[in-house]
Amino acid sequence: MQLSYKSCKVAENINLSEDIYKLKVEGDYDIKAGQFFMIKSLNEEPILPRPISVHDFEEGYVSFLYQKKGRGTSIMAKLNVNDEIKLTGPLGNGFDAENIKGKIAVVAGGIGIAPMLYTVKSLKNCDIDLYVGFKDEVYEVDEFKKFVSNIYIATESGKYGYKGYVTDIFSPFEYNAVLCCGPEVMMEKVVKVCRDYATPIFVSMEKHMACGIGACLGCTCETKDGNKRVCKDGPVFYGRDVFINA
Amino acid sequence: MAGMCLLMLKTNICKVEFKNPVIAASGTFGFGEEYSAFYDVGRLGGICTKGLTLNKKEGNKGIRLHETRAGLINSIGLQNPGIDCFIENELPKMKKMNTVIIANLGGGSIEEYAEGVKKLSESEVDMIELNISCPNVKSGGMAFGIKSETAFEVVSKVKGYCKKPLIVKLSPNAENIVDMAVKCCEAGADALSLINTFKAMAIDIYKRKPVFDNIFAGLSGPCIKPIALRMVYEVCKEVNVPVIGIGGIESFKDAIEFIMAGATAVEVGTANFINPMVCLEIIDGIKKFMEDEGIKNIEEIRGIARR
Ligand SMILES: Cc1cc2nc3c(=O)[nH]c(=O)nc-3n(C[C@H](O)[C@H](O)[C@H](O)COP(=O)(O)OP(=O)(O)OC[C@H]3O[C@@H](n4cnc5c(N)ncnc54)[C@H](O)[C@@H]3O)c2cc1C
Ligand SMILES: Cc1cc2nc3c(=O)[nH]c(=O)nc-3n(C[C@H](O)[C@H](O)[C@H](O)COP(=O)(O)O)c2cc1C
Ligand code: FES
Repeated sequence: MQLSYKSCKVAENINLSEDIYKLKVEGDYDIKAGQFFMIKSLNEEPILPRPISVHDFEEGYVSFLYQKKGRGTSIMAKLNVNDEIKLTGPLGNGFDAENIKGKIAVVAGGIGIAPMLYTVKSLKNCDIDLYVGFKDEVYEVDEFKKFVSNIYIATESGKYGYKGYVTDIFSPFEYNAVLCCGPEVMMEKVVKVCRDYATPIFVSMEKHMACGIGACLGCTCETKDGNKRVCKDGPVFYGRDVFINA
Repeated sequence: MAGMCLLMLKTNICKVEFKNPVIAASGTFGFGEEYSAFYDVGRLGGICTKGLTLNKKEGNKGIRLHETRAGLINSIGLQNPGIDCFIENELPKMKKMNTVIIANLGGGSIEEYAEGVKKLSESEVDMIELNISCPNVKSGGMAFGIKSETAFEVVSKVKGYCKKPLIVKLSPNAENIVDMAVKCCEAGADALSLINTFKAMAIDIYKRKPVFDNIFAGLSGPCIKPIALRMVYEVCKEVNVPVIGIGGIESFKDAIEFIMAGATAVEVGTANFINPMVCLEIIDGIKKFMEDEGIKNIEEIRGIARR
């Protein structure tokens, strides 16, 4: 099934932690790990849809894990069951799950954990460890237990797990590949240590978007091969192609 | 019956036939390929390409998009593969889309515009839209679209080399939009399109600096429609060439307003981002409006609101 723009019904929209929500909508798609949708409520404002990663996907339902930040996500947080929203997608290249093999580290910062659940589910015959960092509250980690061997948690406040950043507890030593999503500074650090160990790393990038399909050139990111569109050529890039100086 | 419906919407601009008066605006529709995933873009009246320049451009650095109330501010900076690459790689694909292909041309100097027009004149594009109105490139672009005298100079020079119908795309930042329109026509414009984006800005209060690296960027979307409409109305009264109305169009009602103000056709930009199917919805909406209102030919309502 290919890219579509359609109305979908909200099946669930729950508040998991302070400003973290999980939205489940009805929809049948053919989705690759790491892809995203442009989501728009039926409200006239804000006018642009918001890019949100596929958190989970099972027969007939797509789930999103999102953080309430500004106008767009605040409206999403108010959605009720049976409300209609507009979904464009699935979009982007996603992780190349078929060609990722062996012992894998998934490194996520905060809401960067969102695309990783469906990703670990999609990786076949891999031995996966999850490293995840939060500011204070820990959320959604339990969902990963069935699909990964070890979970390492860091919180900046020290409320749970190691006190500090996830980058303090992660080393690429012994991993065949690393998948990473989170704030840019964090991803850059991870790319840097991976370079030291010559470990392949894939990062999922974020840029402000308008069309989400590659037409407006608003989401470009500089890479070693010139400007690339995060929405169409990405959001997943080979780490050293985007963090050139890492 | 279906054939008759199409006929009702048929539009001519400079002897080029459009299936309907709805055209995808430059910079919002790529080279048409992306939207082909949603519908047959051959149903559109036409497609304006992303702004092209003689040489490849990487565009601007930093944040390129910023949403505001009912609008979008962009600072893309004419990122494009260059005219030669366009003609070689994109145009052959576009020619198969079965719609009118309009090459949007930007430039930093009169010479660059002239070179660009020469190359595009030898290509298979149907028309050229001269963009003298992009606020996002430091060297020129909009610089030519502020003062009527400067615009006159570029358009006359370019016209000398142009073998395709020449549309000149005006900036709302022009000192006097009507005078600008008249001068461009005197210089040889075969048609006009207006408006491009408004020069605008936003400030990130936490970083205590402008959002955009270039400070200023271009405002588009529903919020600019009333001003765009006023400009089209004023210009249509003073010129005899076809005018393409642009600015904040997001529904068939908006499109009809522009047509009633005197526009021959409309271009739809930012609304494509809000709803990727919007151009089709506008075409169907216009058709239904005409049926409901007993309008047989779009000519019947063109400029009808003018006094
Ligand atoms: C490919 C991709 C996948 C994403 N997946 C998720 C996810 O699964 N869960 C989640 O919580 N967030 C995700 N984000 C970030 C999310 O898109 C932004 O948090 C959201 O757009 C903020 O919108 P807002 O109106 O609430 O915030 P505001 O700050 O009011 O937004 C203002 C404008 O900036 C844009 N913007 C602000 N922050 C970001 C950002 N980090 N990335 C992109 N655009 C931004 C908005 O889209 C909007 O146009 C993803 C971003 C991208 C690019
Ligand atoms: C992201 C973006 C890129 C644009 N790029 C171009 C361009 O390359 N050349 C051009 O003439 N106009 C460009 N425009 C202007 C549009 O074609 C149009 O004139 C303007 O956005 C107003 O119409 P709208 O409100 O329907 O978007 C761009 C607009 C946007 C939003
Ligand atoms: S958001 Fe338009 S090109 Fe990526």
